[in-house]
Amino acid sequence: MAPALELRNVSKSFGSVIALSDISITVDPGSVTCILGDNGAGKSTLIKILSGVHKPSEGQFLVAGEEVTFNSPRESLARGIASVFQDLATVPLMSIWRNFFLGNEPTTGFFPFRVIKTKWAKDTVRSEMAAMGIDIRDPEQTVGTLSGGERQAVAIARAVYFGANVLILDEPTSALGVKQSGVVLKYVKQARDRGVAVVFITHNPHHAHMVGDRFYLLNRGKLTANYVRDNVTREELVKAMAGGAELDALAHELENLG
Amino acid sequence: MSARTIARDERIGKIGPILLIMRRPELGAFMGAIVVFLMFAGFDNTGSKQASGNGVFATLSGAARWTDVASTVGIVSVSVALLMIAGEFDLSSGVMVGTSALFAGLLITEWNIGVWPAILLTMVMAAGIGFINGWLVVKTGLPSFIVTLAMFFSLRGINLGATKMLTGTVRVAGVDKGSGYESAHKVLAAEFWAPYGFKVAVLWWIALTVLATWVLTRTQFGNWIYAVGGDKNAARNTGVPVKRTKILLFIYTSMSAALVGMISLMRLKGVQAGQGIGEEFTFIIAAVVGGCLLTGGFGSAIGASIGSAIIGMAFIGIAYAGWNTDWQWLFLGVILFIAVMVNTAISKRAHGAGKK
Repeated sequence: MAPALELRNVSKSFGSVIALSDISITVDPGSVTCILGDNGAGKSTLIKILSGVHKPSEGQFLVAGEEVTFNSPRESLARGIASVFQDLATVPLMSIWRNFFLGNEPTTGFFPFRVIKTKWAKDTVRSEMAAMGIDIRDPEQTVGTLSGGERQAVAIARAVYFGANVLILDEPTSALGVKQSGVVLKYVKQARDRGVAVVFITHNPHHAHMVGDRFYLLNRGKLTANYVRDNVTREELVKAMAGGAELDALAHELENLG
Repeated sequence: MSARTIARDERIGKIGPILLIMRRPELGAFMGAIVVFLMFAGFDNTGSKQASGNGVFATLSGAARWTDVASTVGIVSVSVALLMIAGEFDLSSGVMVGTSALFAGLLITEWNIGVWPAILLTMVMAAGIGFINGWLVVKTGLPSFIVTLAMFFSLRGINLGATKMLTGTVRVAGVDKGSGYESAHKVLAAEFWAPYGFKVAVLWWIALTVLATWVLTRTQFGNWIYAVGGDKNAARNTGVPVKRTKILLFIYTSMSAALVGMISLMRLKGVQAGQGIGEEFTFIIAAVVGGCLLTGGFGSAIGASIGSAIIGMAFIGIAYAGWNTDWQWLFLGVILFIAVMVNTAISKRAHGAGKK
């Protein structure tokens, strides 16, 4: 089976700045692919290539084994690649069910008497959220009253419901507390179990290790390491992420200062 | 999936029925309407002139009077409310009432066009002006406050200038001599339910409120209105046509103002060049009193209608109390302020529910 997404020797430069160079990654369906990197490692550029915002300067981008060139996020969405960005694209003053179906409202009847299938929409939202393990008692509750983790859940459930087979999550846990992060990580696993290929972008190796099946480390625009779940421990991942030797040098330096 | 597999977040408090009601934007307005009604029923001074000794305000005859005022405010304020929910203002909605009445009046009296064709042409003209408002707002990205303020002064100038140029006076009269006036008067300006004499405009008002409420709560377009005003970027990211939604609402607002222009033209058989100026704020106050947030994304059509009813009751109530009607502006100022305070408090409490 062809990978859901594949980058082959992709590079991206903006003028004289090389943001990414020679990146090759594979994202399989039904698995969580973590992309780890510190600030400035090139994570954002990578997401933007995957979601169709930027085009790679060099290299190949394959979706389900077929080479593609996306000109806009809309085109990647049409191929089932959904991105959940940090701003989430939800309207705080609107209810959960209205947000869930925003832009894709299920309607019945013919124009001009076409109406939203309100009851069906509410029931669907409730069962879709329940399938992700979250109990929303009242689909009329406004999204603004949900916690950060629950809002992530709504955005993820929406993307999965509308047929995403690749889900790109941009730092979904970075703004959350420990418990809320746990909630989001659970949704990530649930999405994976439904056969979705999840790309999980983070700078937190602990979170990555809990859900990831494959790990790519980015540093200064280059892939520095590549692990699969069974041959890496959390400690190795933390150390690799922190830059190993660099961290030792820093500790030594700080000691000398003290 | 069974219920027991679902984790409940024990920290989320239960939402009581009172809080659920408080989430309705028109609730404050509804309670306000009851207070205002009881207040003016109490101050009613018309009883001294009646044989029975009872006041007129709290009777059907009184209701026929205040619903008359409320209907001409309400027809436009419902559209202004929808526009406000979408995050925009239309300051030209008041002067548009005059512009449309003058336009139709001049077509009928100066060019001898039939009343019905003149009304049709006026509606098309109003839609055009609404389109210009909306198109300028979405194209330039300037605040609608500025764009429609410019439209307000432009139309005000055209109203006076064109009327003087064509008629030599500042009014258009003699519309009742146009062909088709009788039937147009019946549809737009007649009375029903004798002997109380309710104005037919009240039926237009109720019908448009029901229609707007249906659109807002049950249709896809209604969902888009809330989304566009609630978070423009989120709306765009999920594929809502933000620009089209806004332009359509500007067109609707302009056309509803033109409808009120036609109603008043049929009633008065003519129009003053200065008509409608200042009314735009009455429309906005009615929408705000009805629970619309000035920042957009929240409000209701029925609320704007209740707000209009409050204004109608106040205007008639002040006259019935035997006070100078100049006090009505003070009343408008005070209820606007109270409404904004109450709206802010209610929306904070209701939408913060479950997050203590």
